[in-house]
Amino acid sequence: MNSITLTIDGKLISAPGDQTILEAARENDIHIPTLCNLEGISAVGACRVCLVEVSGSNRLAPSCLTKVAEGMQVQTATDRLREYRKMIVELLFAERNHICSVCVANGNCELQDLAVTVGMDHVRYEYQYPSCSVDVTHKEFGVDHNRCILCTRCVRVCDEVEGAHTWDVSGRGMQSRVITDLNQPWGTATSCTSCGKCVQACPTGALFRQGSTVAEMKKDRELLDFLMTAREKKQWIG
Amino acid sequence: MELAELKELADKEKAEQKPIRIRCCTAAGCLSSNSQAVQQALTDAVTTAGLADRVEVLPVGCMRLCCEGPLVQVDPDGAMYGKVDPGQAASIVGTLQGGQTEARVIDTNMPFFRDQVSIVLENSGRINPERIEDYLSVGGYQALLHVLREMTPNQVVETMTRSGLRGRGGAGYPTGVKWGLIAKQPATQKFVICNADEGDPGAFMDRSVLESDPHRVLEGMAIAAYAIGASQGFVYVRGEYPLAIHRLEIALRQARKMGVLGTQIFESPFNFRIDIRIGAGAFVCGEETALIGSIEGKRGTPRPRPPYPTESGLWQAPTLINNVETLANVAPIITRGAEWYASIGTAKSKGTKVFALAGKVRNTGLVEVPMGITLRKIVEEMGGGSPGGSIKAVQTGGPSGGCIPASALDTPVDYESLTALGSIMGSGGMIVMDDATKMVDVAKFFMEFCMDESCGKCVPCRAGTVQMYRLLARIVEGEATAADVAQLEALCDLVRNTSLCGLGQSAPNPVLSTLRYFREEYNALLQPAPPAPPPSNQRIPLPVARG
Amino acid sequence: MTDAHPSGDKRFKLLDASMKRYQFQPDALIEVLHKAQDLFGHLDHDLLLYIARNLKLPPSRVYGVATFYHLFSFTPKGEHTCLLCLGTACYVKGAAKLQATLEKQWDLKLGDTRSDGKMSLLGARCVGACGLAPVAVLDGKVSGNLNPEALLQLVKGWDGDGTR
Ligand SMILES: Cc1cc2nc3c(=O)[nH]c(=O)nc-3n(C[C@H](O)[C@H](O)[C@H](O)COP(=O)(O)O)c2cc1C
Ligand code: SF4
Ligand code: SF4
Ligand code: FES
Repeated sequence: MNSITLTIDGKLISAPGDQTILEAARENDIHIPTLCNLEGISAVGACRVCLVEVSGSNRLAPSCLTKVAEGMQVQTATDRLREYRKMIVELLFAERNHICSVCVANGNCELQDLAVTVGMDHVRYEYQYPSCSVDVTHKEFGVDHNRCILCTRCVRVCDEVEGAHTWDVSGRGMQSRVITDLNQPWGTATSCTSCGKCVQACPTGALFRQGSTVAEMKKDRELLDFLMTAREKKQWIG
Repeated sequence: MELAELKELADKEKAEQKPIRIRCCTAAGCLSSNSQAVQQALTDAVTTAGLADRVEVLPVGCMRLCCEGPLVQVDPDGAMYGKVDPGQAASIVGTLQGGQTEARVIDTNMPFFRDQVSIVLENSGRINPERIEDYLSVGGYQALLHVLREMTPNQVVETMTRSGLRGRGGAGYPTGVKWGLIAKQPATQKFVICNADEGDPGAFMDRSVLESDPHRVLEGMAIAAYAIGASQGFVYVRGEYPLAIHRLEIALRQARKMGVLGTQIFESPFNFRIDIRIGAGAFVCGEETALIGSIEGKRGTPRPRPPYPTESGLWQAPTLINNVETLANVAPIITRGAEWYASIGTAKSKGTKVFALAGKVRNTGLVEVPMGITLRKIVEEMGGGSPGGSIKAVQTGGPSGGCIPASALDTPVDYESLTALGSIMGSGGMIVMDDATKMVDVAKFFMEFCMDESCGKCVPCRAGTVQMYRLLARIVEGEATAADVAQLEALCDLVRNTSLCGLGQSAPNPVLSTLRYFREEYNALLQPAPPAPPPSNQRIPLPVARG
Repeated sequence: MTDAHPSGDKRFKLLDASMKRYQFQPDALIEVLHKAQDLFGHLDHDLLLYIARNLKLPPSRVYGVATFYHLFSFTPKGEHTCLLCLGTACYVKGAAKLQATLEKQWDLKLGDTRSDGKMSLLGARCVGACGLAPVAVLDGKVSGNLNPEALLQLVKGWDGDGTR
């Protein structure tokens, strides 16, 4: 792929033409926040926190999906973008019941990290307090819908990497829930191979290893990175 | 088959028609007011009167003035009757022999009818939608034959571009340009999809066209397929429209049998097959990428564009998606020429637009008007104004559109003018509101709709519409303060600019337009400051920085 | 080859025929769900699993698709159904009053079926008969220009005396 040049936040960058803005930014140590994106699985552009401004267009572009182009000028952290990101994170906190202090992922949660990055100090929106269940019927793992942000990383990793397609999303809009098989207890979902990739892919504490401590949750995430690098780049670096 | 033969078929059909024809509306609206019984009673009355040799009764599609249904019209002199009761059938037939009828006479010279310009609806209410012969008798499928015999695909695209036709599904994208983009794609597999999802609550133009003149849409699809190089098409119809689906099925069967669809159409190398796909109750499936997902048997969640369906659509093949009304304009443009079409309408919005007039207005039903006509002319003259008093606002574009205040009724109807007013042309729903309508309630109604119809994929729309709905509910309940309105406006800005698809991007429009024109109605409902602390403040245990 | 359903219920034969017509293509899922609902009235877990097996789709995908679309229902409907149009034109012309009237009369909420299974009260986004607003579809038949009294008159008899 021929290389092209663009600027991101004023920095002149050259990148392979098939890269996304997000990939090009990351390689050049420019941090763009993401939630639904996960290297190694398809991008869906759902969380909208990676939106950037591209000059010449009045539409914001999801950097996880938008390819770089010659002469492109990208802004990743204008005041407007920062405010939007903060609002989106607050909307997520208000949508389910996120109580970080009692969460297994506390300190190791991408949502929490993002809340800190965007400087969220309180939530301006009314809490929705949906009634959400916790399912611990699986012998190793559990799902706590109170903490799910519907990023569908579990769905994609299970379908695209493991090939089991145990997960999917049911309902729509605010009624959406991730489900296993026919919306049955995870422990009874016969398609599940108990590989644990979904747990590793989950950005929050929604999917967890039972009885795991915070430190173990972190290790899990690294395991997935290893797997993805191996698949994508054929490099086995642990 | 050659043109001469097709014309001969048409002439033969016309010759077989009886000199006096009593047309009875059997579109969904009139059917629900018992028009089938009326049709039967008329048929019986004709036989009883011994007129069967020169009078026929035929079921037709929509005759437009739905509020007066069941509608009956007698040719050739054109007398029209409304709210016809089966009991009045004998006397209506009696008028043919010099009798009197007590049936309610509809004045066909009133502005509602007089000011219409018929292109899309020209056959509606005139032909039997369940007989392809009726469509042939009015020149049907001659445009397709002409295209196959006399025109290259490029010439067809070029004609559509010159006509200035723009998409009638809402966004107004130039149809010829869209066709050209797909025609250029080298792929061998391409698709044509007719978007008949008509999800905007308050719109029923597309249903009417499908129920009244389905072949017109099929012919448009076939011409489009020839122009772009497709051999397979789909009509995606709302599941809520059983009669439209039924008539489409009949039309498809007849068209295949007659050889105007299928393989080697008119003995040319052109093949085109059309299948029906039935929606299952999701407004978002009107959005083109969601619609494609739905045809592929998936959840109807939109995906980011680019790539546009013109490059990668159904099963990744280049795909043309056009609205029902857009496609219904194709055959007449071919027959009468791009220049003729471009001579109707305004500089940037050509041709006519069909509106479904409903709400607090005297005459409800369908109107087809030239672009550039004023809203006032439509709602006050043609619609006859509001029965209960004065018109307060006109809503166009449904949940993606806005409320246009009475003070702006002199605005011409075209894509740009309506957008400038904070609304959109939309697919053609036009709901009239009078003084009794509370505008904040209307905003809340549409927000509830968007919240329920959000697919849930992207965060701003899924979670943002819920918050906007709650704020609107608090305002309506009189519990909100000015700070809540500011919060609402900030959310409108977020959802509009960050949502993934058109549903979320336009969901704030009804709120923004009512805030723009009826802010005093919001203000009247507000509590004085000081504002109550946001309810969320106390409970949330804030994320602790990692340590 | 289909795995014939063990129950021997004839309706499964019809469903099989329909799936066969679509050559068991996964793309036909929504078509097949429509057909299944036509045949069985509603979609229960057993039926969804049967469809998943035959179209060779993951069960979660079938469940996810079925629950996305509001025309599919998962519990049996009542003997009678009243579908109220809640579209814009009907809203402007007082559909909310019709809804309140029936909810009170039947003591149930929109979207529910009464526990005795006699009737369901459903809402539709717009039935496309806006010219006749407000509109209700009573056991499949459209009635327009309604007011609460007229509507009550039309559903009289659903509640037990067996006249309809
Ligand atoms: C939420 C949403 C709903 C839509 N619903 C419809 C619809 O019901 N009918 C339609 O023709 N277009 C609808 N559209 C527009 C389509 O995406 C598409 O632009 C249109 O069908 C293209 O056809 P046209 O160029 O002929 O207008 C909708 C768009 C959005 C974002
Ligand atoms: S369970 Fe986790 S990975 Fe799956 S959608 Fe929810 S937050 Fe995302
Ligand atoms: S804007 Fe709404 S409907 Fe569109 S993708 Fe996002 S959640 Fe779905
Ligand atoms: S990371 Fe790009 S939209 Fe979520």
